[in-house]
Amino acid sequence: MHRLANPARFLRIARWLTPAFLLSGLVLAGLALGWGLTRVAPDHLMGETVRILFIHVPAAWLGMAGWMTIAGASLAELAWRHPLAGIAARAAAVPGAVFTAICLATGSIWGRPTWGTWWVWDGRLTSMLVLLFLYFGYIALADAAAKQGEGRARVAAIFGLVGAINVPIINRSVVWWNSLHQPPSITMGGSSIDASYLVPLLAATLGSSLIFAGVVLARMRALLADQQAEARLRRKAMAAA
Amino acid sequence: MLVIALAVLAGAALLAAWALRNQASYFYVPSEIVASPPEPGRAVRLGGMVEKGSLRTQADGVTLMFVVGDGKARVPVRFSGIAPSLFVEGSGVVAEGKMRADGTFVADNLLAKHDENYVPRELEDMDQHQARQVVSETR
Repeated sequence: MHRLANPARFLRIARWLTPAFLLSGLVLAGLALGWGLTRVAPDHLMGETVRILFIHVPAAWLGMAGWMTIAGASLAELAWRHPLAGIAARAAAVPGAVFTAICLATGSIWGRPTWGTWWVWDGRLTSMLVLLFLYFGYIALADAAAKQGEGRARVAAIFGLVGAINVPIINRSVVWWNSLHQPPSITMGGSSIDASYLVPLLAATLGSSLIFAGVVLARMRALLADQQAEARLRRKAMAAA
Repeated sequence: MLVIALAVLAGAALLAAWALRNQASYFYVPSEIVASPPEPGRAVRLGGMVEKGSLRTQADGVTLMFVVGDGKARVPVRFSGIAPSLFVEGSGVVAEGKMRADGTFVADNLLAKHDENYVPRELEDMDQHQARQVVSETR
């Protein structure tokens, strides 16, 4: 971690890692989605709509993993003042929010033909919607804090840590409370998803995660470039004055 | 400082989740309905398994009678309307409606509850342990 603390070294590594993540992720997720949409057999109850699985589950995973990235980076920011932590947290927020929105949208589209409703206020759906609102709040807060300068970044980091409480609630919601959403299919003990679905699902999840990592790196580079451009402008203005 | 703050936060979250434990459930299971029946006319949701062999369509063609059970208790349900396509015997259901004084549940709306098993059609009959899982899943 500390070897990466130097932004120049980080940028050198990120320059080739970003396209590597993005390309491998796009290829893997594309293949897995293509396979899932055209090749797998319909489910015994849900029929063709089971194919939404291959978008819905990776999106749900990344929605939660995105916030854990924010929380981990926020901890690094608060505890060790890691110079890249705040940037990493801000970079993960937007793709995390996008995947959460994809999860909610595909879940709603899936709910209509299977459950018979677009939306219910059960534990899983409600806590996932709360996660989307937490993302919106974090994005607004972190951007405003970044504009105001150094000292304010701690506020966003505290918000990032406190918001992480919602992630285990999402994860456990279908176990703690009776919910319309079914209990987890993949647990520590194994999986109740047939292998013909599980393999493309895991490939789609890995591919989406690589895309997510690539987007985060690309956004970190953009945010660092922003910072450098601003610092240079400030220096010029100081020299002119 | 940070560790204490985090511990306090986690504690608060656990307390909140504990307080919500009974409130945040989306539906009651039959044994809860039988143990403490909601007053007749109050809108509640009932969730459980549609008992095999209990589903009857009345003479009018749109009224369904069936029994929802959870392995411990059973509640007879009446519903008039269009059921979701995943609503079948032996599968999970959430019924929105009211209890009547005679112990029947009158549903205004049915939601099909899917289980956590994803199996292609051809493999449907192959493993029996999944059927047991489905039953144990709704308690």
